[in-house]
This record gives sequence, structure tokens and C-alpha cells, in this order.
Amino acid sequence: MRAIMTLAGMALLTGPAVADSMEIGIAIPQLNVAEYHRPYLAAWIARPDQTVAANLAVLYQQERRGEEEGETWLKDLRQWWRRAGRDLTMPVDGVSGPTRGPGTHSFNIAGGSPALAALEPGDYILTVEAVREVGGREMVQVPFTWPANGAAPLTVSGETELGQITLTLTDED
Amino acid sequence: MKHFAIRLLAASSVLFALAGTASAHRAWMLPSTFTFSGDSQWVTVDAAISNDLFFPNHHAIDPASVTVTGPDGSVVEIKNAASGEIRAMFDFQMNQQGTYRVSTAGEPFYFASWSEAGERKRWRGTLETLRAEGVDKKPDVQISLSNRRVETYVTLGAPSTEVFAATGKGLEFQPVTHPNDVFTGEPVSFKFLLDGAPASGLEVTVLPGNDRYRDTPGEFKLTTDADGVFTFTPTIPGPYWFTAGSEGETVIDGLPMKVRSSYTATFEALPL
Repeated sequence: MRAIMTLAGMALLTGPAVADSMEIGIAIPQLNVAEYHRPYLAAWIARPDQTVAANLAVLYQQERRGEEEGETWLKDLRQWWRRAGRDLTMPVDGVSGPTRGPGTHSFNIAGGSPALAALEPGDYILTVEAVREVGGREMVQVPFTWPANGAAPLTVSGETELGQITLTLTDED
Repeated sequence: MKHFAIRLLAASSVLFALAGTASAHRAWMLPSTFTFSGDSQWVTVDAAISNDLFFPNHHAIDPASVTVTGPDGSVVEIKNAASGEIRAMFDFQMNQQGTYRVSTAGEPFYFASWSEAGERKRWRGTLETLRAEGVDKKPDVQISLSNRRVETYVTLGAPSTEVFAATGKGLEFQPVTHPNDVFTGEPVSFKFLLDGAPASGLEVTVLPGNDRYRDTPGEFKLTTDADGVFTFTPTIPGPYWFTAGSEGETVIDGLPMKVRSSYTATFEALPL
């Protein structure tokens, strides 16, 4: 029993990043337009060379009546599609979901979740991309360093299709 | 020469026969979309020979000359083909993930010209008919061979490279950068093969679409390096057109002749 507890303690000590968690706030602006469709939205963690370290969220129109028309427009999230989407089989468990309307949406990425467990310490870029049918497209990037170091939340605002993007890294040590 | 070429083109309905018209008229195929997502998608393609890109104003490309090849090398059926006066169109459905090639590459054309009773005679056909009709025996006959390709590529899902397998004949395109993975501000490298070997020292002309809205068309010329590769960084997002041609001498079946090979393709640069 003692041996097991010691092992568990060692695991925590050697990998503090495993337990650190991430909360992402994504604001989808209210738009005064004649024809409004909720945006397709993707959030992922990019490495400095723009390769994908982790997929966090993909919101798109879900399959209806056995059709898969929602996937037709995934390519319009053109950076996400190029960096990640085209190599994935949709839907992705724990990542993909239905579109959301205007407001601030919180995505909690738990410490030890598949997305964060494999994240090596280093510099990354939280990337959020949104594209709207008969509307525009915008991508916002928030550079950060992993693991959490107790710093204040990072905030970058979009201008057209995205509002404020807030990244809060929580140090669990 | 230009006007002569145009008249001959119209008179004979030879759409790809005249290498000399390449500079005057631009052949192109423009898909409705280059990059697709989902399990299955339809694409529609416009095909024309025109001056402005990509606006039909001269002649249609015969849809019967077009072959669509799927990611696994199979031939994809063309649907709803129609030819107007100045533009043709056709559709095809993509059911496999990967890259599709749309190509007009067919059997090479042979051309011959000679003098007969003080008149210049011209002929076009296959090597077999050239022999059968005795064209090769005409006095002072000059024979030339034309390999001409007009292509474009579209991708459903992740880009694949099987459709770029070289045949070893004429000018062929090889991706260094995949043509469906081009973004503004990032260097693009494409490669040419001539009869299967790297085509070095080849002059390539690149032109972004919508040239009719620009005082300066924005055409630029590049030369392939020792590996047959040319590199540029697109700045304007949108569809692009590029072309290259080469001329040489060869002997086929005992007949000395000129060889003209050309390659023309359309791709798109997405904004980063």
C-alpha cells in the first residue's frame, strides 16, 4: 500500500504539467445582420511552427436526417482544416460538438485529459478560428507557455467574428 | 501569325493542336472549389480557352477531351457535360478521400506541313494515319509532335499524391508543394518532368486570376532549377494559372521531327 502511494506521489512530482488545467473563454459576438447563422468554430493548441499539438474544440452543424451536410463546410475553417481537420475522422470524441450562438462560452480542459496529458513543457499558441455562413471568417491566436506558472489569464480580442478570447492556465501544484 | 493561328483553330476545331497559340490564348479548367470536406461531394468545372483569367471569351474546351482520375487511379465518370460557344462545363462526384486530377492529356498529335504545287499543305493526325496516308513521303515534309496537357487538381479531405504518378511522356507536373495546399505568404515549389526526367531551365509563366481588373496583369516568369523545380510566394489570394512549354527534336519510328510539349494548370492560393 505504501509502495503504491509513493509511486503515485512520484508521478505527480515528475510531471506537474499533467495536472495543470486550462480554461478557455470564447466570446461569439452578437451581430446585427439580416441573415445570421451560428459560426463554425475550432480551437486548438499550435506549436510555434503551426503544427497541431492538441485539438480542443470543433463546433459545426451536426448530421441531420442522415445527411452529413454539416461536414461540407468544415473546410471553410481553412487553417484548422489544413492543420488538423483534414486528417481527422469526424466526429471526434470530446472535441466536436454543435454550433453555439452569441455569448461567452467556456471550455474547460481538465488536467490529465488527452489534450493536455501529452503536452510537453514549452511555448504554444492557442488558436481559435470562426467562420460564418454568408458571413466572415476570423482567427485569433493567444501565445502561452506550458505548464501553468501562476500568471494572470491571457486575453486577445477578435474584431469581427470573434470577441474576447481568454486563456486561464491553472497551476495545480 | 497570331491571326493565322486563330483562323486555323476555328476552321479545324483543333482545340489543343497549336502550341503557337498558347501565348495568345490561355487554356484553363476552373473547378467550383479546390478543397472539399465531407464524405462525398460534387464539383463542377468550367473549361475554356480565353485571354482573361478566368473569364470565357474565346473558345470552349471539348469536355470529351477531359479525363478525371481519382485518388486510387480509377477513372471518375464525368456528368452533365455541356459545351457552349465560349465555355464548356462538366461535373463529377468525389466519393473517395484524396486528390483528383482533371486532365485533357490524350494521345499526342502529329502535325505535318509540306509544299505541293506551290501551295503549303498542312495535316494533323496520329502516327498510324500519317504513315497510312503517305504524309511521311511528301516532298520536304516537316513533321512535329505535340504533347499538350491542361490540368487542375481538387481534393476531398487530406491531399494525396497518387494521381501525380508520371507517365514519362511530355511535360508533366509533380508536386513539391501540393497544389491544393497553397497559401499566400508561403513559398510554393512545383516541379516539372520532361519525358520523365527533371525539366531544368524551363521557363514557367504564372498569372493570378482576375487580370482584367488590374492595369498590370501581374504575370511573372520563373525558370526551373536543376531539379526541374520552380519556387514563388503567392501574395494575392485566389485562383492562379501557370504554363510552360518546351521544344526539341526527336526521331520516332525513323521519322525526324520537332517535339512540342506544354503543360498548363490552375490552382488556388488561400489567404493565410
